[in-house]
Amino acid sequence: MNRILAKRQLAPEVTLLEVEAPRIQKRWKPGMFIIIRPLAESERIPLTIVDSSAERQSITMVIQAIGKTTKEAVALEPGDALCDLVGPLGEAATMTTGQRVVCMAGGVGVAELLPVAKAFHDAGNHVTALCGARSDSYRILDEELKAAVDELQWATDDGTFGFHGNVVQLLKSLAGPGTFTEGHVIGPIPMMKAAAEATRDWGLKLHASLNPVMIDGTGMCGGCRVTVGNEVKFACVDGPEFDAHLVDFDELTRRNRAYREMEQESLRHVCRVGLDVR
Amino acid sequence: MAVQPLSYKPNPKAPRQILPVLNAEVRAVTSQEVALGFTPEQVRVEAQRCLQCAKPTCIDACPIHIDIKRFIARLAEGEYQAAHDVISEQSPFPGVCGRVCQHELFCEDACIVAKKWEPVAIGSLERFAADHARLRMQELAHSYPKPTGKKVALVGSGPASLIAAYDLVRNNYRVTIFEALHKLGGVLAYGIPNFRLPREILHEEIARLQNMGVEFEADFIVGKTATLDELFEEGFEAVFIGTGAGLPYMMGIPGENLVGVYTANEFLTRINLMEAFKFPDAPTPVRVGAHTIIVGGGNSAMDAARWAKRMGSDVTVLYRRGRAELKARLEEIEHAEEEGVRFEFLAAPVALFGDENGYVKEVECIRMELGEPDESGRRSPVPIVGSEHRIPVDTVVAAIGQAPNPTLQKATPTLITKRGKIVVDTKGETSMPHVFAGGDVVRGGSTVILAMKDGRLAAQAIHEALSGVAAEVEVAQ
Repeated sequence: MNRILAKRQLAPEVTLLEVEAPRIQKRWKPGMFIIIRPLAESERIPLTIVDSSAERQSITMVIQAIGKTTKEAVALEPGDALCDLVGPLGEAATMTTGQRVVCMAGGVGVAELLPVAKAFHDAGNHVTALCGARSDSYRILDEELKAAVDELQWATDDGTFGFHGNVVQLLKSLAGPGTFTEGHVIGPIPMMKAAAEATRDWGLKLHASLNPVMIDGTGMCGGCRVTVGNEVKFACVDGPEFDAHLVDFDELTRRNRAYREMEQESLRHVCRVGLDVR
Repeated sequence: MAVQPLSYKPNPKAPRQILPVLNAEVRAVTSQEVALGFTPEQVRVEAQRCLQCAKPTCIDACPIHIDIKRFIARLAEGEYQAAHDVISEQSPFPGVCGRVCQHELFCEDACIVAKKWEPVAIGSLERFAADHARLRMQELAHSYPKPTGKKVALVGSGPASLIAAYDLVRNNYRVTIFEALHKLGGVLAYGIPNFRLPREILHEEIARLQNMGVEFEADFIVGKTATLDELFEEGFEAVFIGTGAGLPYMMGIPGENLVGVYTANEFLTRINLMEAFKFPDAPTPVRVGAHTIIVGGGNSAMDAARWAKRMGSDVTVLYRRGRAELKARLEEIEHAEEEGVRFEFLAAPVALFGDENGYVKEVECIRMELGEPDESGRRSPVPIVGSEHRIPVDTVVAAIGQAPNPTLQKATPTLITKRGKIVVDTKGETSMPHVFAGGDVVRGGSTVILAMKDGRLAAQAIHEALSGVAAEVEVAQ
């Protein structure tokens, strides 16, 4: 179970894993996620489902290895298995038809955008994808995206490829009120917040796919709660997608920072076996 | 059944034996189990306090009808294994129930001895019988044939499903239990701390079911990983839903999304399931600051308070009613008090305030007085205007109850629910044929033993539905 079928390095620190998951590949829809524990002693972490194959009975996930658990995941090799894999979780991304859709992503979010952008296109929308990367060598899944959408543009922070700047600057450079009617954004919180701010008066319905701290992923713990409008929502079961113009991104930023120092400690820490509390 | 003559004379006048516990100072720095269990001499004295009544009211009061009279007689005679065998006729979980059941509300409440003296300590005796049998578990395991009958799916691996599995597998059903999390036991695993229920006790009693042929599938969310319909298509002929009450109530006050504010579910899941008390030796952290406020008065509140204490925090439980209205097990309240958990009764939070980084730093409380009894029969708290005051705090845990987990219901529109709870008939059957439900998903937040009662009832109804006969679950030897 949960056997890794293929592994591919997409960019520095960004790895694609294809994992055997017969039930999940059958039931997932774009926008949904899974929770994995790479090893028996790992944390539970949520990852967006990027692709699937009925033929290979598999799903694909893309992992940016920056924390302890993500590093454990990408250290596994084809033939190894993830200790735990559960899903598909969350609600599917909102779909429309006959709209002018803009899909925006930054960093590893580009991988997570792929299935949603493809679904918009397949549902009969005109899809423009705006993707961001730190630098040319950090661009991922370019071919796959190009094949999936009507138009793809890149922005790089250092200008080594495409537009020189970030995705939201790129968006503002080529669009304004009325250019797009529907949108989807996934990536770092500052980028999603900026996209929401930029498009507030554009008459654009913008959906943001959020990435809060999560444990069980089934609505049980409430750790992933976010404020949307004036309501508290659980991203794992009510989301992960919400109206970007209503999300309290500042609160989400603070909540996602809650464990930052402890995560650093965990990364540095070498397990001392046999100790009790403290 | 032939009545065996007793080899001793009951002595109810002997003082009720006091359960030995770990020293309170040691407890403050360890996750070791607090209650140590009776000594054999205490067992003899306590078991002989039982009158062996002709009409034992304790057995009727037990929701799963353990033959309390008979197992206590065996303990009194020193026949510990025989005592465990008597319990096994009805329950494979004496180690769990001996520790977490609210005996004072059921068997001990009905104990005839209590009319004149203290009730017999039935819970502690049950636990002793279980602990004594632990060594024998492996050997027990091999004597069961593999089940070959019809397939039954149980959703959720908590107490309701576990006892249903025990009854079904003994009637030769092929049982699979589906669990959403990566560990088995449901609330027993994520909710109850190991200082109350050591994990090896839970694992062994679950392993006993596995050895009897019950299959377990972890990381499987019915409603997500597969639908109910798909389970039927895959050959399951009946389904029992025991998914519990996993959806936490929020306080609904300003500031509850500040960093450092947890639901009891999150706090306990981080610590019990993910072992955050070992951080950084375990990778999942939890933020326990210098001052912790727990809101609520049930078992989850006591569990959270006692964990926070063990992790070095100064802990206050805020409860809007008085001590007499606390809903937790009496033993847990006493243990919390011994461990130095402070209680502020007749007080409730009205707002939380944070610092510039969004970390909670103060809680504003209001004092209450008790008014007229509400629908639960308890006097309801009424706020005293102008009594607001602020308390400094670093961690807040809201332990104010849970609603049924909605995942399966949401994915199964034909399943009739009322305010989130699955509606069942007197046999535990839902609006869908061959789909049964019980425990907290039907009751809302309730107890382990009532979940077991429901699981047992549903197992019997499933047996009737699938075998076509109104047979009793075979338990007598």
